[in-house]
Amino acid sequence: MAQEHIATADHGEHEATTTGLNHRKMLMWAFLGSDCMFFGSLIATYLVYQGKSLSGPLPIDVFDIPVTSVSTFVLLMSSMSMVLAYSALNRGNMKAFRIWMVSTAIMGSTFIGFQVYEFSSFSTHHIHFECSEVAEKIEHGEYVKAGHNHFYQKECLDQNGILKADHHVDEEYGLKPQTNLFGTTFFTLTGFHGAHVTLGVVWLLSIFFLSFKKGVITREKNLDVDLAALYWHFVDVVWIVIFTVVYLFGVFEGF
Amino acid sequence: MSQEMNPSEVHNEHPTAGLYFRIAMILSVVTAIEVGIFYLTWLGYWIIPILFVLSAGKFALVAMYYMHLKFDHKLFSLMFVGGFVLATSVIFALIFLFQVWL
Repeated sequence: MAQEHIATADHGEHEATTTGLNHRKMLMWAFLGSDCMFFGSLIATYLVYQGKSLSGPLPIDVFDIPVTSVSTFVLLMSSMSMVLAYSALNRGNMKAFRIWMVSTAIMGSTFIGFQVYEFSSFSTHHIHFECSEVAEKIEHGEYVKAGHNHFYQKECLDQNGILKADHHVDEEYGLKPQTNLFGTTFFTLTGFHGAHVTLGVVWLLSIFFLSFKKGVITREKNLDVDLAALYWHFVDVVWIVIFTVVYLFGVFEGF
Repeated sequence: MSQEMNPSEVHNEHPTAGLYFRIAMILSVVTAIEVGIFYLTWLGYWIIPILFVLSAGKFALVAMYYMHLKFDHKLFSLMFVGGFVLATSVIFALIFLFQVWL
């Protein structure tokens, strides 16, 4: 700490601080700590209301794990490109820095694109099946999704409980924030995360354009990039938790 | 925009681009394992602690290496881990308070 204090004073770039640490970086870490609590409360709310929805759709009806896995991979790779941008800046390689910064922003935008697609497909989700297929599953004691079971009971059985063997079900079963508790907590949590990513993309692009202005972003003046990188990695770690707790646990039959 | 220099960069050695790339590969492989494990239905409820550990490992890797907590001043770690511990405590407190699995 003392060494940093002396070094800071020697460079004369900014005022000395009582801790010897940069105030802006300290503020960013304080913000990230508080943002942890923000997302913690949203995740806790989601978990508390898990399985408490009075009607569907439920996670298992709408989640598409392969698609979300790809978007998770894209966000993880964006963290790598962000750290490589910072590394390039520290080596004084501005060309590589700009390439990695743009790559990070593109991958962030791609992640947002996946989220928009996901939200859209959830809200217009359709359920379709042959009554005989579901009846067979029930007969063999196999797992039947909540949505399928709901429409099976409603449309596949007549007044006497006899199966309409040739009947085909095709119903709209969309998830919106106002649909049920799952919709409310899910869209609030993932929506706030998406807003964080969007803000991050704007921040990264701002730095990218400012890097063309002489002397604003350099090897020696890298704090702005460091702060943006910290924020970007934070949205990545939050998604790591959301992907496991909301998506993977959400479609686990026993959860 | 700031004209400031980053003090932590002056004194601390940071990992090489190669190490960042290797960490990214580890993160990708662990994510693939998570998705793969999810389809192993015979694991039953063991899937929860396994996914929990894998996810925690990914979180730690990003925080330590990409966010440089391993190399930066301990006060930064304290501020972040403090918030994280509080958040985790809130999650578990609410889970037990509302008896989520009962």
